[in-house]
Amino acid sequence: MAEKKMSNLQVLLNGLIRENPILVLVLGTCPFLATTTTASNAFGMGLSVTAVLLGSNVVISLLKKVIPNTVRIPCYIVIIASFVTVVSFVLEAYQRDIFQSLGIFLPLITVNCIILGRAEMFANKNTVAASACDAIGMGLGFTGALLVMSSIREIIGNGTWMGINLTADLIEPMAILKMAPGGFFVFGLLIAIVNKFSSKKPAKKVGCAGCPMASACGHEGEKKEGECK
Amino acid sequence: MELAKNMLTILLSAILVDNFVLSKFLGICPFLGVSKKLDSALAMSAAVIFVMVMATAATWPIYHYLLLPNYGYMQTVAFILIIAALVQLVEVVMKRFVPALHRALGVYLPLITTNCAVLGVTVLNIDEAYGFGESLVNALGAGLGFMLAMVLFAGVRSRLEAADVPESYQGLPITLTAAAIVSLSFMGFSGIVEGIFK
Repeated sequence: MAEKKMSNLQVLLNGLIRENPILVLVLGTCPFLATTTTASNAFGMGLSVTAVLLGSNVVISLLKKVIPNTVRIPCYIVIIASFVTVVSFVLEAYQRDIFQSLGIFLPLITVNCIILGRAEMFANKNTVAASACDAIGMGLGFTGALLVMSSIREIIGNGTWMGINLTADLIEPMAILKMAPGGFFVFGLLIAIVNKFSSKKPAKKVGCAGCPMASACGHEGEKKEGECK
Repeated sequence: MELAKNMLTILLSAILVDNFVLSKFLGICPFLGVSKKLDSALAMSAAVIFVMVMATAATWPIYHYLLLPNYGYMQTVAFILIIAALVQLVEVVMKRFVPALHRALGVYLPLITTNCAVLGVTVLNIDEAYGFGESLVNALGAGLGFMLAMVLFAGVRSRLEAADVPESYQGLPITLTAAAIVSLSFMGFSGIVEGIFK
């Protein structure tokens, strides 16, 4: 965060567009690729991540004076894992279809870089209100990116959107887009489009190097070796 | 014989058909981040194999004997804590007793705590209702599959270095497109395991 004094609205919009967690910061790629086969799955995933992010950001910013600095990462992980458990129970009780199709990626929200990254970068040094706005902005930015990606994959790959038949009868659906290679391909295409239309240079950071957790999770050791640039 | 066949099926499926990186999308961050050079790709995947098997060996008994009777809902919280503690422990022990191995794998170990492939394999073993032996084999297969994908992709990326890529496709987009093609080639393995044991 270069600008220290952003209004809460700016914080919210920042996550939504300028620092979109998926398309600009490239965090949380695993669920992004895996749960975008249909738009309804993606929507469920996006909202689950938003809910966990909101809960963890608020609690962590409330506890920022209490948590000792040396053990902050384990504390964050426990807080996040608790919210993940709550969210997956809510989904299991009220949205069984989505719960089943998200499957393993629900517990894996715990290790989603976006959530730990926001805790480390934002929630532990900002007020509760600002952290909540940041969580909503980042969460909706993530959901938006998921919806764009899943819409492309579902419409072209299956001819439907949110389960509604669109072009399945007109054009033969290209099932490859719903499978793993299609996920990688459409993601690459989306980032290339963002690079094309953004004023910034193409993102040089890839994977763990772009992760804000890099310094905390031992990436500093890698930088010394000149890897993972 | 039946047991060996079962184990081999799980192992080969985990390596080739249900490859963690290329078909299950687990562990994408290290796959994209550490696959630039062959030696770092190898070291990272060796550390992943090691932690996956250790984590499975620790989480499976804890889930079945401690959590399942009363505290099944604590699964996510307990597993991530076990993995984090285990990684720390392994690092300390390794540094003390096998310093050479620690120098090779050390920097990758803390990174692995937040690797979704490790938490993923422990949770999948529970979801699939594998026994203890099957879980260990599945973890080993998942790790070996991760290594295979990393090594193959490191080769692909060293070729990409020399390629003339359009400006907006430089960096991540071309890497992802290459990953799509590698993943496409892995789809050719679908059905192979059933075929072997027919």
